[in-house]
Amino acid sequence: MGLIYNMAFIEKRELLNSQSVERAITRITHEILEKNKGALNLALIGIRTRGIHLAKRIALKIEDIEKIKVPIGVIDITLYRDDIGISEDHPRLQKTEIPFSITDKTIVLIDDVLFTGRTIRAALDAIIDLGRPRFVRLAVLIDRGNRELPIQANFVGRELPTTREEKIQVQLLETDGIDRVVLGEERK
Amino acid sequence: MRLRRKDLIGIRDLTAEEINLILDTAESLKEVSTRDIKKVPTLRGRTIVNLFYEASTRTRTSFELAAKRLSADIISIATAISSVTKGETLKDTGKNIEAMNPDIIIIRHPHSGAPEILAKSLRPAIVNAGDGAHEHPSQALLDLFTIREKKKKIAGLKVAIVGDITHSRVARSDIYALLKLGASVTVVGPATLIPADIEKMGVKVSYRLEDVIPECDVIIMLRIQLERMTQNLFPSIREYSRIFGLNKDKLKDAKSDLIIMHPGPINRGIELDSEVADGPYSVILEQVTNGIAVRMAILYLLLGGREESESTN
Repeated sequence: MGLIYNMAFIEKRELLNSQSVERAITRITHEILEKNKGALNLALIGIRTRGIHLAKRIALKIEDIEKIKVPIGVIDITLYRDDIGISEDHPRLQKTEIPFSITDKTIVLIDDVLFTGRTIRAALDAIIDLGRPRFVRLAVLIDRGNRELPIQANFVGRELPTTREEKIQVQLLETDGIDRVVLGEERK
Repeated sequence: MRLRRKDLIGIRDLTAEEINLILDTAESLKEVSTRDIKKVPTLRGRTIVNLFYEASTRTRTSFELAAKRLSADIISIATAISSVTKGETLKDTGKNIEAMNPDIIIIRHPHSGAPEILAKSLRPAIVNAGDGAHEHPSQALLDLFTIREKKKKIAGLKVAIVGDITHSRVARSDIYALLKLGASVTVVGPATLIPADIEKMGVKVSYRLEDVIPECDVIIMLRIQLERMTQNLFPSIREYSRIFGLNKDKLKDAKSDLIIMHPGPINRGIELDSEVADGPYSVILEQVTNGIAVRMAILYLLLGGREESESTN
């Protein structure tokens, strides 16, 4: 899931520029293919919103390298959140669109930032409700630490240890007009 | 842009933004009912009570399935076999149900205003599933959802609502909803079944169905509610059917992409001929399918699916 973009965000420093983001995505793609020994039986599922764009880019790179189009799905984890009725802070529910059977596939779940792990817990539940994949792996552009659940990514673009108070924004061409990752804080 | 309200009593209270939020949310929830396992854990541990003081198949079942598909616990009370028959008042029944700590009470009642009375005196969220001749908001929302799905828009459409407008809570809720989203509405029926000052709501009136049909994008046929008529408001069922019933013949000048809707249950051969009800223009069964998604959205948005910014990871 994306971070808070419409809140007052004060940028402190750029952590990754557009070339670094591009390289990170390329490396994740190669690692996925290496681990899976090719693109066979592979399917990508992006978590709304920025995970979708990352999934599409990785799929394009896979097609370049392996000449195989891997199926892409989109998942909205809102219905599986553990804070419904507790937190007021919910995004508008959007569609889950997985136009293929996930049963027996190797699913790579893709998100922009891995933080508390709660989004991934919800995404795993959502996936399991749709079928029984052979493997589920996790790819994230940024792992910023501070996990609240025992969840670990298989493929990480960049590890960026942060404090809980800091904010990380991943900006992507498709949503923000530029590829970069910035560290900042919320205006109080 | 969020459903910041405790209850859903009528469409009249809603803004266009709130209506769109419910429709958009329903669009996302519709997918759940197409899965092999038709269930998401969203409302796990929440309790919903269906309190129906009137007969209902569609609405009650639809709310039950909507609740179950969101993993809420729901029980339905049919008042005909409850303590209501021993003379318990509405408020007392409400207070007793409240004491069992439900999160939502869905009520259908023959008297207009009954849901509002409960909403004012009880803690749980109250959802109006139809009260007298007042409103039936979930029906209007599923009608709009179906229209939007078929026509890809609502604004600018020409909609006719045909039949007993006076006794119809569906008509009233549909009119509010359609006008708020920019459609134009013509009500059609015998003068005895159209309220005298209905134009004040912003609708046109016609007494001739044939004149209206050619320009319609949507026709909503209403059920003749024999149970609500206390006097003879038209000479005979046969005459009503001949003048205001919809048959294949009357549809010869209709637009090719016209859709015909009906809230059910249909009086076949009275307001709708079978060949129309089961024909190519009819989206009546799709309305029923969509009803579950719309009611899921209502329950979800009342119980915490409130909208704000994007959230943390």
